[in-house]
Amino acid sequence: MEAIKSIINFLSYPEWSFTLSIVLFGAAVWSRWLWTKTGGWVMFAVVTIFFALSMFDPNFFVVVAKPDNVPIVMMIYLIGFFWWFAMYKAHRNDELMESGEPTFEKSESEDRIFTWPDLVFSEFICMVLLTVGMVLWSILLKAPLEEPANTSVAPNPSKAPWYFLGLQEMLVYFDPWMAGVVLPGLIIVGLMAIPYIDTNKKGNGYYTFKERRTEIILFLFGFLILWCELIVIGTFLRGPNWNFFGPYEFWDINKVEPLVNVDLSEIIWIKVLGVGLPGNWFLREIFGILFAGFYFLGLPVLLIKSKFVNRFYQKMGPTRYFVGMTLFLTMMLMPIKMYLRWFLNLKYFIHIQEFFLNL
Amino acid sequence: MEALKNLQKNIVKSQIWKSIFRVGIPTDNRKRALAMLGNVFLHLHPIKVKKSGLRMSYTWCMGGTAFFLFLVETITGILLMFYYRPTVEYAYFDMVDLREAAAFGIMRELHRWGAHAMVISVWLHMFRVFMTGSYKPPREFNWNVGVILLVLTLLLSFTGYLLPWDQLAIWAITVGSNMARATPLLGAEGPGAALLQIGGTKLIHVGSDARFGLIAGRTIGNGTLIRFYVLHCVAIPFVAACLIAVHFWRVRKDGGISGPM
Repeated sequence: MEAIKSIINFLSYPEWSFTLSIVLFGAAVWSRWLWTKTGGWVMFAVVTIFFALSMFDPNFFVVVAKPDNVPIVMMIYLIGFFWWFAMYKAHRNDELMESGEPTFEKSESEDRIFTWPDLVFSEFICMVLLTVGMVLWSILLKAPLEEPANTSVAPNPSKAPWYFLGLQEMLVYFDPWMAGVVLPGLIIVGLMAIPYIDTNKKGNGYYTFKERRTEIILFLFGFLILWCELIVIGTFLRGPNWNFFGPYEFWDINKVEPLVNVDLSEIIWIKVLGVGLPGNWFLREIFGILFAGFYFLGLPVLLIKSKFVNRFYQKMGPTRYFVGMTLFLTMMLMPIKMYLRWFLNLKYFIHIQEFFLNL
Repeated sequence: MEALKNLQKNIVKSQIWKSIFRVGIPTDNRKRALAMLGNVFLHLHPIKVKKSGLRMSYTWCMGGTAFFLFLVETITGILLMFYYRPTVEYAYFDMVDLREAAAFGIMRELHRWGAHAMVISVWLHMFRVFMTGSYKPPREFNWNVGVILLVLTLLLSFTGYLLPWDQLAIWAITVGSNMARATPLLGAEGPGAALLQIGGTKLIHVGSDARFGLIAGRTIGNGTLIRFYVLHCVAIPFVAACLIAVHFWRVRKDGGISGPM
């Protein structure tokens, strides 16, 4: 048991768990079996057995059983279930369309039903059930109230509200102006831009996977991996000093993680070229600036040459393509920076402390 | 039994009842339509809906759940406002009183768990709308209204987080509002803020930057509490209610619940 726990602890460290979740995400998206009823039950069983067995571990229990963390366990199940459910319906619709039959929605959408009584009553029943659920939840679980506020004693770790923990997790990899302001702003802008960028006319008003594969994979990657998974990591696996702890690890306040992060300028000027850092900041950061310039300006143009991307360029036209590509590349900056941190200890691409401008 | 039926008949036929519910219990299609048209709450709905859109397996009932939880938060929030004083002296002890002294005290629980549930249901609603491609024309604008409502939901929850004035509250808000310090140009430690100066006098410093505006001071204190209280109880709910109205109106105007063309 202890051996299994230490393996899970080891695998849960971000560099491995994040890689593993990307691999599993890729496998899940291409799988057909997972999105059948059997697949759903197997997934449900695996997650539930994991939680149930883990609850016997005192370190796991302490974190998961916090009243404010209960909704996050609920969120894991709900998002898991609805992901499965949406894909289940999408695949069944795809198979119907393949055999030349109308989708489930299509076969019923011509049919108009009186709102009274069908819709009104199902809304009423939903409200009753939700009320019962909320009241039971409120009776069973008391809302926590900690010590009175004290500005001189900071709890360790100090965590933002749980829905912002993905952003707090980004702080490990980016400076606050990126993780706290620019990236959240771009998430909102990116979400709002979706209907104007996505020119695919198919898949409007019914579940389908085949007809909008790329859009769905991109959205799910952002929503499930970069948003929800980072929240789960931030909630359950980040302890004192925002250090990482495996699910069965004790939150040791004295855990020390050596920080030997270096900037891109140091890697290139000192390690590769073997000369000192130039005094002029522009010259010092030239490689980082070139990289950023290439990443945001050169790469979108270069990618048009690839067959896969070119298809989108043709369909979307230049404006939509460049706006969409910029948003996509900004999103991908997150995993790129994560991997460079884990495996090269990279701190900043660009580090101009003269203007607080660090990327 | 007979007496009960007579009583019901007499009530439904009375002038008072008829003055309130014009139509009575619908028995035919005309009355089903009139029942929806004659009621200010029900007339949010169309008279008829697509059968496919009626199915919970299509909608997941998540938009409705989010709206219902918004109502739960409003009602429990109003009740909590009777007990709660947003000042550093009283806030925490009013919380203790709510827990120890208020009869039938689950309003704070309902409010807190309802808030968590509302955040999750709004996300799931967005997820469903994405997976059915319902943001596509003609519903682009309504998706945008929805994104703003999602942000407002998070802001509502965030501003409410401070009000209990316990350790969890102020330190979570400290972590969150410290981000504003790094706003490009407008935060004292943000990139470019140093550029905004006139003759060596900095325009953006800790006493004038975005964080100062957000928490009404250099540190979290009484000013922050009253600011977050007003945002939480009046300002954001007001904006959210207006946008919810727009959101519902546009669902109708964009052709009702989405479905295949």
